[in-house]
Amino acid sequence: MPSWPTETKYISHDTTRIDGVAKVTGRARYASDIQAEGWLYGMILRAKWPAAKITDINLEPALKVSGIKAAVLARGQEMTVRFYGEEIAAVAGTSKQACLDALRAIEITAQPLPFVARENDAKKASAPQVWPGSSNHPEPKPRERGNVEAAFKDCAAVIEGFYSTPVQIHNPMETMGNTVSWTDDGLTAWSSTQGISSVRDGLAGALKLDHSQVRVITEYMGGGFGAKFGAGAEGVLAAKLSKEAKAPVRLMLTRFDQNLAVGNRASSFQKIKMGAAADGTLLAFEAENYGTAGIGAGGDGGGGGGGADIPLPYLYKVANSRVKQSAVAVNAGSARAFRAPGNPPASFGMESAMDDLAVKLGMDPLELRLKNDPNPIRQKEYKLGAEKFGWKEKYRKPGSSKGVVKTGIGCAGAAWPAGGGNRNTQGEAQISPDGSIEFRLGVQDIGTGTRTVIAVIAAELLGLTPGQITVKVGDTRFPPGPGSGGSTTCPSISPTVFDICTKALEQLQTQTGIPDARGKNWFAACKKIGINPITVHGQWRDGLSSNPAGGVQFAEVEVDTETGQVTVKKMLGVHDCGLIINRLTLESQINGGIIMGMGYALYEERVMDDLSGVVLNPNFETYKLPGIADVPEIEVILVNMPERGVVGIGEPATVPTAGAIANAVANAIGVRIGSLPITPAKILAALGKVPPTHA
Amino acid sequence: MKNSAPENPGAHSRRTFLKSLGTVAATAATAQVKTVAAELEKANAEKIIGPDAVPVTLNVNGEKIKLLLEPRVTLLDALRNYSSLTGAKEGCDRATCGACTVLFDDAPIYACQKLAIEAQGHAITTVEGLAKDGKLNKVQLAFIEKDALQCGYCTPGFVMSITALLKKNFHPTADEVKHACAGNLCRCGCHPHILQAALKAAGVEHASKTEVVTYA
Ligand code: FES
Ligand code: FES
Repeated sequence: MPSWPTETKYISHDTTRIDGVAKVTGRARYASDIQAEGWLYGMILRAKWPAAKITDINLEPALKVSGIKAAVLARGQEMTVRFYGEEIAAVAGTSKQACLDALRAIEITAQPLPFVARENDAKKASAPQVWPGSSNHPEPKPRERGNVEAAFKDCAAVIEGFYSTPVQIHNPMETMGNTVSWTDDGLTAWSSTQGISSVRDGLAGALKLDHSQVRVITEYMGGGFGAKFGAGAEGVLAAKLSKEAKAPVRLMLTRFDQNLAVGNRASSFQKIKMGAAADGTLLAFEAENYGTAGIGAGGDGGGGGGGADIPLPYLYKVANSRVKQSAVAVNAGSARAFRAPGNPPASFGMESAMDDLAVKLGMDPLELRLKNDPNPIRQKEYKLGAEKFGWKEKYRKPGSSKGVVKTGIGCAGAAWPAGGGNRNTQGEAQISPDGSIEFRLGVQDIGTGTRTVIAVIAAELLGLTPGQITVKVGDTRFPPGPGSGGSTTCPSISPTVFDICTKALEQLQTQTGIPDARGKNWFAACKKIGINPITVHGQWRDGLSSNPAGGVQFAEVEVDTETGQVTVKKMLGVHDCGLIINRLTLESQINGGIIMGMGYALYEERVMDDLSGVVLNPNFETYKLPGIADVPEIEVILVNMPERGVVGIGEPATVPTAGAIANAVANAIGVRIGSLPITPAKILAALGKVPPTHA
Repeated sequence: MKNSAPENPGAHSRRTFLKSLGTVAATAATAQVKTVAAELEKANAEKIIGPDAVPVTLNVNGEKIKLLLEPRVTLLDALRNYSSLTGAKEGCDRATCGACTVLFDDAPIYACQKLAIEAQGHAITTVEGLAKDGKLNKVQLAFIEKDALQCGYCTPGFVMSITALLKKNFHPTADEVKHACAGNLCRCGCHPHILQAALKAAGVEHASKTEVVTYA
């Protein structure tokens, strides 16, 4: 079995990003920065109805607008619209302004249809069917083990709670989109994507091209979080426009488009009943959950499904349990995979219920977790975290904080059972006689530091410095790599780079006779390889990576009981990450997960107007992301487990945050806010200071 | 392209005249009515620019860029779509994300909210113009060292906001940094490192609070 070195210079240390200079100087070219020769601007016309029958679309007036070079239909002259913002047509022209004029000129004949925008309304038998002929809310299939009814009778304490989470929107800072150039030689797409291979396959499939005719390039991209795996309607439209206009087309979504049509995290409405023996041992669990993935069950990507199902009872083993779940279709954009699909809502519901049960049992909620969490790593993480956080000293009974501004603490756990390496990952390195070495992998760096990971590992194994390693990623002409999702990227590429380096050293030995080409021998060995560079091919190897990953988080909050304002004072994340490759970028990723979880806990929610079927907040002024002033001190404990090999961390870091914050709020004010986001209005209503608004 | 724009287009435009009108009219009422009417007539007689493209000269990173733009083209679009300066990013195009932040005579502005024609006669600095002779500025260096970036799409905007802050405040507090970055969003969640980087650029070192513990 291969194994990672134990004495290291770069692995598990801090290495600054090798593409940092490109990013801070503006030299890095993102998909939205590509200026292909003669490029045109592309833009999409979207439905202004949540449901409609379109009987005619007239593109002629758009084509008459000065500067417009092409106009294409999204589906056909006739189509059924199922959500506000659905793609109808697209135009390409010499300027953004020309495109805006052209979109206004397109004539549409349509008949609005009845629609339904809210989960509760959609469940009613009388509701308009989102997909005519099939129910909006198919009968849930229960999963059952043990004898739930009998077990509840044995419980010393039973709680019943209702916990709900909103539709959350990915909102990467760079919207989705591509620059596509389609010529007789084939198609090139510069894509803002997490999966160059899946975009290539998607474009080839939709446009009936051979895979070999499609090349996808993603040198830099501005975040994805699960939404950016496929070619997307916008990619296919850009290609069609390019073909018609005989010019490259840059089609990036607007921020509005992004919020309406390209994915989100499904909502959840969890009715949980749970009971335990007097010592806290969980005996019985029952949950009914529904949520909406919009019009779809959710497009899937490398990060798992984007459906409405969530894993309950999540981290805990309960001998007697019954779980019923279902998705509710509504006239809204479809869900997609979103950082740890299913897990943040499950963690919020379950961890809230755990704290409610602890109150009923008169137990410290941390003790209740230690009693019931079967995972030894999380057990250790809770103990490490509690000590660093000062849990024992800080914990007070819920609601016992005095004064107008009340403080509270809470904790929650995470698991990410997927992850692990993609066995099909390949890569190559070209070594030149001058000692330069270039790695090429068909993976993409979505901001997690993938390029730097490759450089760190190669430098370590070859005895060079990360700066001496050239890394090329983000091109389907390179050996195939994984999509960046599901915490799989690092465990996929690290063993692959290991394999390439091992083979490179073997080949250098055979070819040059120098027994060990590493470090100080490197340049001498390379000099002896002859005139032509050598290219070494490698692939993923077993035994160097693993899964799952988990973690726990602790939150401390202040709640102003006069304004309802929640301020997160401190977050502590304790995460296991196998062998740490680059401590610096790992810390960034964990911070990022926690901050995204804060948004889920306190600010983010897609708001639909049930009377018009319109998304009311498809922009940053009304869809709130955490800003720098909202972010508290974040401390991280990394549990290094090199014996497990490389483990991904992207997902688990965002899972427990909302549950921990919600529990801290409940601990502060003594009342449970069971619905995310925890807004001032909900706090004041829970305290009886304002009448409740209907959610 | 030949530029026929006036050397100093901001000097006495209809816009500046009308802007001053408010105060003038309020303070010296009827006596000036006649003059005002005459001035208005003159202003209206001025050539209305657009909707067709007009020559525009921008002073970006110390260089003059001459473009032919419809008057409705924003400074951000002028940079990103009509020249090769794509460092300033578009995240929303409506004054909410800060990805497009550039310096406008040393003050940070949203380039998506300024028409290119209005930016004439001012010194524009984009992220591409910060490094001098290939040497990164302090903020850029600190961003790399503190890993204040992940995808990097928000980075040019944050770097510009903090560079602007440090031009007028050499030793900002953490709160002042947060205030200066209040108009910038980062979805990757780099805020703690961005704060550390800004303080580091101002000479204050903050050690990472991350602890590595071995499981066994
Ligand atoms: S693009 Fe200008 S503020 Fe967002
Ligand atoms: S680094 Fe990705 S948005 Fe800030």
